[in-house]
Amino acid sequence: MNPVYYLYLASLLFTIGAAGVLIRRNAIVVFMCVELMLNACNLAFVTFSRLHGNLDGQIIAFFTMVVAAAEVVVGLAIIVSVFRSRHSASVDDASLMKL
Amino acid sequence: MSTLAASAGSLASVTSAASATSTGEAIQFWILGTVAVVGALCTILMKKAVHSALSLAGTMIVLAVFYLANGAYFLGVVQIIVYTGAIMMLFLFVVMLVGVTAADSLKETLKGQRWLAALCGVGFGVLLIAGIGNASLNSFTGLGQANAGGNVEGLAALLFTKYVFAFEITGALLITASVGAMLLTHRERTERAMTQREMAEERVRKGTQLPPLPAPGVYARHNAVDIAGLLPDGTASELTVNKTLKARGQIRDVSNEAIADLKALERRSAERLGRDEEEVNS
Amino acid sequence: MENLIALLIAAPLLGAAVLLCGGRRLDRVGHWLGTLLAAVSFVVGVVLFSDMLGKSGDGRTLHQHLFSWIPVEGFQADIAFQLDQLSMTFVLLITGVGTLIHIYSIGYMEHDERRRRFFGYLNLFLAAMLLLVLADNYLLLYMGWEGVGLASYLLIGFWQHKPSAATAAKKAFLVNRVGDMGLSIAIMLMFTTFGTFAFGPVLGSTGDATEGKLTAIGLMLLLAACGKSAQVPLQSWLGDAMEGPTPVSALIHAATMVTAGVYLITRSGAIFNAAPDAQLVVVVVGAVTLLFGAIVGCAKDDIKKALAGSTMSQIGYMILAAGLGPIGYVFAIMHLVTHGFFKAGLFLGAGSVMHGMNDEVDMRKYGGLRKYMPVTFVTFGLGYLAIIGFPGLSGFFSKDKIIEAAFAKGGTEGWILGAVTLLGAAITAFYMTRVMLLTFFGEKRWQPDEKGNAPHPHESPRSMTIPMILLAVGSVFAGGFFSIGDRFVHWLEPVTGYHHGEAPVSAATVTGATMVVLVLGVALAWLMYGRKPVPVTAPRGSLLTRAARRDLLQDDFNHVVLVRGGEHLTRSLVYVDHTLVDGVVNGTAASFGGLSGRLRKLQNGYARTYAVSMFGGTAVLIAATLLMRAV
Repeated sequence: MNPVYYLYLASLLFTIGAAGVLIRRNAIVVFMCVELMLNACNLAFVTFSRLHGNLDGQIIAFFTMVVAAAEVVVGLAIIVSVFRSRHSASVDDASLMKL
Repeated sequence: MSTLAASAGSLASVTSAASATSTGEAIQFWILGTVAVVGALCTILMKKAVHSALSLAGTMIVLAVFYLANGAYFLGVVQIIVYTGAIMMLFLFVVMLVGVTAADSLKETLKGQRWLAALCGVGFGVLLIAGIGNASLNSFTGLGQANAGGNVEGLAALLFTKYVFAFEITGALLITASVGAMLLTHRERTERAMTQREMAEERVRKGTQLPPLPAPGVYARHNAVDIAGLLPDGTASELTVNKTLKARGQIRDVSNEAIADLKALERRSAERLGRDEEEVNS
Repeated sequence: MENLIALLIAAPLLGAAVLLCGGRRLDRVGHWLGTLLAAVSFVVGVVLFSDMLGKSGDGRTLHQHLFSWIPVEGFQADIAFQLDQLSMTFVLLITGVGTLIHIYSIGYMEHDERRRRFFGYLNLFLAAMLLLVLADNYLLLYMGWEGVGLASYLLIGFWQHKPSAATAAKKAFLVNRVGDMGLSIAIMLMFTTFGTFAFGPVLGSTGDATEGKLTAIGLMLLLAACGKSAQVPLQSWLGDAMEGPTPVSALIHAATMVTAGVYLITRSGAIFNAAPDAQLVVVVVGAVTLLFGAIVGCAKDDIKKALAGSTMSQIGYMILAAGLGPIGYVFAIMHLVTHGFFKAGLFLGAGSVMHGMNDEVDMRKYGGLRKYMPVTFVTFGLGYLAIIGFPGLSGFFSKDKIIEAAFAKGGTEGWILGAVTLLGAAITAFYMTRVMLLTFFGEKRWQPDEKGNAPHPHESPRSMTIPMILLAVGSVFAGGFFSIGDRFVHWLEPVTGYHHGEAPVSAATVTGATMVVLVLGVALAWLMYGRKPVPVTAPRGSLLTRAARRDLLQDDFNHVVLVRGGEHLTRSLVYVDHTLVDGVVNGTAASFGGLSGRLRKLQNGYARTYAVSMFGGTAVLIAATLLMRAV
């Protein structure tokens, strides 16, 4: 087996995550799907690291994790405050951009 | 598990430029890869958010194994500790806060959204996979040399030399994020809190509910807070349950049940007494 | 000596500034101040004239460069003056006649409470007119040209409380605008052709330009001259301009301003000499106007309008002469000067008559006034004899020369022009005799007006009669003085050039013919107006008479062709604007609006919809990358 298969898997997971973002209304689940997409990217980075034989890919994945952690903290805080004010976690309810 | 991955990694690092990995890793990939995809699909298809979170956690653990198999020992461990351990738990915490039992409707409300999403998803996936297939990555280097001095040491050397600025900036990012989260969830009290006396006086002045609220639950049969207390005629009293539970739609109404029970009791007693009556009558 | 040139203009300009800005405290001395400054200008003119006589030939031309107005690379506009024999002639005419008319106005405007303002305007006119004739480039000339237009407008509408005066001023202003546009276009053409508009370089290098360009410049200059000098087709304003006070009619609309067109054509002689087509048009315009004005003059019962028709006709003579080229320039200017004397005198006489007749202008209500106003009668009569060309008087010499020059044009043109000028002379004799007979001879025909105020005809005060007498002297002797020994020809020849034209008939024959038509005209007028009593209300008259009373339908023509045509043009333009232009604009707006309304539906505010488009866009990007790699 060639490590390229890991890349195929990463693409598949990324696409599934993206589809989840598009079809789920619950903001928490949407957020989870975003995390899934980030993880798929990380897998791709780690695989690239192995393909090329240097550790830079792993460093990028590491940074992605840090950024994801920060993102989760802020994102969940936003979800909680939106839920507090609107009593709903649906992304469709927050459609104030509409005229 | 880590030993398995380590063995796979050491196998991979034997040759500097190989074209295939060990059979063991292949078997591991196909089994765990299936698990990961199923977990991902469950994440987006489960009705309850808590189930989605658990499925995602499973997928992440599988990914951690793949990291280990790819020679990223540090990241594999961090994946389990940070992602599965911290981030997913944070998710679960928020899910609990928002309402763990509430199930989402999977019915699509936006016209054409699902079709477009499917079209874009399939197109994107096919194109991406086609692109990777086109890239003709037939051989790979492997991490044997890079990990020669130890994976953690190698990462550390890069992190604190080449990527030291990025590393520092991520520190600033994390601080900013935590301050931001505090700001978002923190509510500043703009007026003095009412004392207990003032609250009592306010309640008397309003005059809507002077005595304490009636207790929830139907004694002898239920004593949970999500069950409304019954009035003498058998109907549920809304006063007895918490408003938040009512807003979430998490109240269990047992009034019909209680009335049905009462009826059954009456019938049973009637059956018994009726015989007696018949006996008396006869 | 040349430093005095600016003083010529500065004196009346100062007068105008002081009188117009000074306020009521100058009401008592304003007219004296205005007259004094006009006289100062005249004295300066005389000093310069005597100095000029002391020099000879080319040394007579003086230049004064005051300052650079717009000094731009390739565009030099200077405030600079040029005083040569031609300018000198005009300076003396303008300041001399101007001073006399100032004096006359002191008496004439005595009862007008806005007399100070009137003198301010008169001084403004003098300054502008002097600027016009003294400028050494066309741009400065244009400034004076507009200045006299402004003064003319202000003075025609001086009695602005009368709607007719206000309308007449507006009409004069608008018609002059057409001519002024011609002058500005001519100046622009000069600048593009010669790179300058100073007289010297432009007129000295006409050989460098193509004849087409020179013709264009000439025609534009002619348009300007037509506007200012009331020539066909821009003649319609002069008759109405008689709404202004009579001294204004005498100074501006008879003696000086209306002759500015003749000055312009004579000054630009070099251009016209090199453009025969333009010259031909000038001659045609002069000939047509000559007859047009004369016919109108025959039919008018308003004494000032009859004289206005006469003015138009006489300027037609001058334009015709100027159009003849070097054989006519000198005679055009000579007739201009003599006409300045006798026509100013006639107008002042008319003003004197009106002064005595409660401002009545209808000649049919005069009659027999010679007994009541002897001085006016004599001076008016001398002016009359001068204009009809009575032998020995001014008009005889100057008009005769023009008729001769017209014949000297040669060929069929010469015969036609000669015939036209002779016919004009006959009609002139007719209508002037008619004016004379109606005013001063016959029975008295005036009656009390509705309020019962019968006019009491009386001689005018001396401030009015003295200028009339002086002008009458000029009318009598100027022509003879100029003609003896061809003095005027020698005087102007260095500037305008002179070429003696040989007429196909002898000078004596021309003079004889002129005498014959003169006698015929006078006799016909006497038959119609002298032998039998004149009705107070005008008879209906023939078709030609009725047309002439309506100024030969000039206003009707303008109304039908220009006003109606303009209205229709505007209406059709508005229609095009509404349907086509607005249609395109509104259609564009509507289509964008409709498109936006449809596109707006894409913006439904749902984050997930936006996410789909982002995701789709990413897919397209990947597809594009793959395609580029494949290609």
